[in-house]
Formats: sequence, C-alpha cells, structure tokens
Amino acid sequence: MENFTPYSAFFGGGLIGLSAALLMFFNGRIAGISGMIAGAFSSTDNDRHWRWYFLGGLIVAAALFNHFFQAAPATYSRGTLVLVVSGILVGYGTRLGNGCTSGHAVCGLARLSWRSAAATVTFMSVAILTVYVMRHLLGMSS
Amino acid sequence: MKKSLAALLCGILFGVGLSLSQMSNPDKVLAFLDVTGNWDPSLILVMAGALITLATAQHFIFKRTQPICDTQFHLPKTNAPIDHRLILGAVIFGIGWGLVGFCPGAVLAALGDGKFEPFLFTAALGAGMMLFSWFHDTK
Repeated sequence: MENFTPYSAFFGGGLIGLSAALLMFFNGRIAGISGMIAGAFSSTDNDRHWRWYFLGGLIVAAALFNHFFQAAPATYSRGTLVLVVSGILVGYGTRLGNGCTSGHAVCGLARLSWRSAAATVTFMSVAILTVYVMRHLLGMSS
Repeated sequence: MKKSLAALLCGILFGVGLSLSQMSNPDKVLAFLDVTGNWDPSLILVMAGALITLATAQHFIFKRTQPICDTQFHLPKTNAPIDHRLILGAVIFGIGWGLVGFCPGAVLAALGDGKFEPFLFTAALGAGMMLFSWFHDTK
C-alpha cells in the first residue's frame, strides 16, 4: 500500500463535500455530475445554465491544479476500443441508474438514501469484479 | 446570475477536490478497485472526507425552508423504491467504471491534461447519454 495518499485524499474529499454543501445551500441542487451533464443539454429545463458554470469551473480549476501540482500523470494503458465502450457504458448506465459516484456515493449517501446506498454497493462491487477480470483473469496490464 | 456564480464557485471547489485527491487519475481509481492486487484505499478517504463535510453541513442547511437563490430544494425522493432500473443502471456503470477508471466527474477533471484519452472518453460518455434519451424518449 505504498501508493496510499490518505491526507490529500481526505482533504480533496472534504473540498468535494464542501462544494456539494454550498451548491445545496445556494441553489438547492444535488452535485451529481452525470445528472448535471445531461441537464446542461436539456431542452425542457429553462433553469439549466448554472450547470454550464459548474462544469466549466470544474474543468478549468482541475486543469490549472493538475498543471501546477499534479502528483503523477495518468498512464492511459487502455486502447481506443475499451475507452469508447467504457464511455458509452458509463454514460448510459448513469442515466439509467439516475446517478454516478458523486450523485449516489457522495450526495445520496450523505442524505441516507437507500436507493443511493443500493446503487453505490452495486457499482462498486461490479467495478471491483471488472478490474479483477481484466487484471487477474485476462492479465491486462494496469 | 447569482445561481450561476454560486455554481461556478462550487464547480471550482469540486474540480480542485478531484485533482487534489487524484481522483482525476484513473490509475489511482483502478488501484482502489484492484482489491486483490497492490491495493490503494485512498478513494475510501475521499468518500469519508466528502461525506463527513456534506452530512455535517446539510444538518444545518436543511433547517432552512429554501436555498439562498431558489424557492425550493430540488431533492429526489429518498423513499422511492429500489427498482430493476436503478440496479441495472448501476451494473452497467460499474462495468464501464472498472474498464478504464473514469467516472463522469473524474474524466472532466482530466480534460485539462490535454491528452487524447479523456476527450475520447467524454465523447463516448455523451454518446451513451444520447443513446439513453433516444431509447427512452421514443418509447
């Protein structure tokens, strides 16, 4: 476990929690990223523009932070086909299941939602199983 | 306008949180999911930090009758049933997440690295979402 980074993980998580708290305090909205992406493109929701500001702020702030302080760059060992299939599954699955890591595993759990707890246990278990199959059964590197 | 500025501030905090915790790096996420390998429990502490902060803050926020810039809190019902759709969606998301290590927030936080992979993944993510609305709007 020499790659364990408890302090940056905990404080980074704290900032994510603070962001979600302030979004609820000011706008009364859940900080679920998959729902926010879909909602930003919604043609029926006239109150959608705040989502563009959130997503834009996220992208630019993370880009700047990574540019100056990134601990380790990603290696990206997956090929094009796996990336495309994975992206489609994540996009489709988060819409069907009404949320992703931020919406269910952070915002939902903080509100003690049983639906979010069920979703979180499910996608974590399936993801762990997927990594096990990829790395240890199929022997794909990283 | 106030709503947009508040959202911008929150987005900035969220992006810095993802980067500081290295959740924008799929290697870090895959190392968490690889419980039988060289396991990295960092993601648990990201969740712990977020949950402690958010749950504590919400305890006070929900004493208000409405948020600052809106007339109501927009909350999904917590008592809605756990149905097949929710679980199937989580299974599909779980497979996709395990394949690469990107969730929707993480990939957006990685876009600024300027690499090809996050852009390709984001495009596929959008395609998956469009596929969903296409199936579900025509039914």
